Amino acid sequence: MNPVPTAPEAVPALAPAAAEETAAALARDARRERRAALALALPALLLVGLVALLPTLWLFGLSLVEGESLSLAHYRRLIEEESYRRIFWTTFEIAAVVTLLAAVLGYPLAYWLSRLSEPWAGLGLVLVLVPFWTSLLVRTYAWLVLLQRRGLVNQWLLALGLIEEPLRLVHNWTGTVIGMLHILLPFLVLPTYASLKAIDPAYPAAAASLGASPVKAFWTVLFPLSLPGLLAGCLLVFVLALGFYVTPAILGGGRVLMVAMKVQENAGLYLDWGAASALAVVLLLATLVIFALLARLVPIERLLVGRS
Amino acid sequence: MERRGPVGIRFEAVSKLYGAHAALDRVSLEVEPGEFLTLLGPSGSGKTTLLMVLAGFTRPTSGRVLVGERDVTRLPPHQRDFGVVFQSYALFPHMTVAQNVAYPLRMRGRPRAEIARRVEEALALVRLDGMGERRPDQLSGGQRQRVALARAIVFEPRVLLMDEPLSALDKKLREAMQIEIRRLHERLGITTLYVTHDQREALTLSDRVAVIEGGRIRQLDPPRLLYEQPRSRFVAEFVGEATLLPIARVGGGLAWRGRPVRTTRPVPETDPLFLVLRPERLELSPAAAAHGAEANRFEGILEDLVFQGESRLAEVRLEDGTMLAVRLPAGPRGESLALARGAPVLVTVAPEDAVLVGELP
Repeated sequence: MNPVPTAPEAVPALAPAAAEETAAALARDARRERRAALALALPALLLVGLVALLPTLWLFGLSLVEGESLSLAHYRRLIEEESYRRIFWTTFEIAAVVTLLAAVLGYPLAYWLSRLSEPWAGLGLVLVLVPFWTSLLVRTYAWLVLLQRRGLVNQWLLALGLIEEPLRLVHNWTGTVIGMLHILLPFLVLPTYASLKAIDPAYPAAAASLGASPVKAFWTVLFPLSLPGLLAGCLLVFVLALGFYVTPAILGGGRVLMVAMKVQENAGLYLDWGAASALAVVLLLATLVIFALLARLVPIERLLVGRS
Repeated sequence: MERRGPVGIRFEAVSKLYGAHAALDRVSLEVEPGEFLTLLGPSGSGKTTLLMVLAGFTRPTSGRVLVGERDVTRLPPHQRDFGVVFQSYALFPHMTVAQNVAYPLRMRGRPRAEIARRVEEALALVRLDGMGERRPDQLSGGQRQRVALARAIVFEPRVLLMDEPLSALDKKLREAMQIEIRRLHERLGITTLYVTHDQREALTLSDRVAVIEGGRIRQLDPPRLLYEQPRSRFVAEFVGEATLLPIARVGGGLAWRGRPVRTTRPVPETDPLFLVLRPERLELSPAAAAHGAEANRFEGILEDLVFQGESRLAEVRLEDGTMLAVRLPAGPRGESLALARGAPVLVTVAPEDAVLVGELP
């Protein structure tokens, strides 16, 4: 009934030679697994290297060549010529305005969607995504039809008596912004929605129980927690807007000149690849600088995943 | 801030319907000022719904909720002035510990110096002095729990509500926190409503326990009474361990499969009847000691004897196949009982420990 306590029996040790052999085999297995993982990633690595990285380097090289010799002439022109400075200004200005408007319009939409119960939230997201399924060109021309002098929008506004004269909504800066805003809005709504949806509903509830009115609870708890998603959306919209070509070309009516359009003109019309490359390189660098600045504010991987 | 005395809470026939399903079915309940009352029930019983109705996050379908003399049924949560500790703690991840605890004071527009002083006091009360600058994700589970508690009491709410606050902690920590919560309640004297599915926790913490099932309160009693005099089969099975045997009325007495059962306790008038056998209230002896047809004796076969540290648990199979658990204290008395598996044994219960219950009231 009362057994005498005993020491656990020791497991007999492995012979040194056998132990070494097992260790070597385990190391081989680990190396093989790493090689297999690399092999799986190889097609994508090759694709990125050949299709993205090499051409970018090539572009960079081209931008440094004037005639037959190495030169910074293309970059000097970007700085010295008034027209180029204006193009960059327009591009960044439009991108910034579109981003701001997208945030102002998109955040409430994302907030509303995030509070809908299930069948409706899914339906709402599908509606946000529907525009992606039609061609960008078609949507841009549709705006041309809607916004022109005798277009639907002007007719309605006139019929409602809100305006006396048709507004000039297209072939200008306004039209460009409206068109780009429509195309880029989903890029803001989706990450914002995801980060709002990821917020534990206990947080706003806790804020209320601690005495925060709904408005105060929103600004002190919900909004700060959804900020990573909103910033991710803003970043996406801004960067995409910087490279826009089709929409400003059609809706700007030649009055709005953005960097991508100038690149196309230099390369396609004047066959001046050096000038086109220099523009593209500057735009790329500007984008990277913005990324770097934002990365200091928010951890970048959190931004891209869009979760808090 | 003026110090206000504790207030009572009254639920008057509160119902909450989800379609045809009643999460709460005309619940009436009175919580005394300063009392620690626990809502105990299985998941889906309606206990959390009742708490959420009181906190203001769920609107009842009908009925009234009064705090003190005031009807709060339609008052929005942020005007109720209750401290709530959530199951997930809900510490704001973008704020430090001190900012979290300061939050309710900031929402009330208290002056800066007062906020700083009271935050410090609250953190000291839950033994987190000097942790104010940490972020919630740098804390352990027990520390987060204590921050949530500090945040819920720092503004001296009239009522403290806790929704399964310890369920995310491991056993050791849970027991330490239970003691801490008791201590805090004794010190602050704040009316507390606590929700749990853990009957042991309910018995440890509460002045009174309300057992909830199917959206109704099945029994409301102090822990000891709840355990020793359950009023229904459900409560007997849910609170503590118990084996229930169906009992028949024979002539003037009671019997289980023809064997007489005697009790000095009240016998419910409804049928069916069940005898509640608690493992620690039973005696186990070798069957050889049996003689005659005395009451409250159950013959069986010893199926298993499990060592559990402070005690041993015997599993006895009765003649109808029912498994009966008998707890044997460790030490001389338990050890001296030399029994082998498969041995015939006799289980007896004293008439004063023979509790009889009916089905659900």
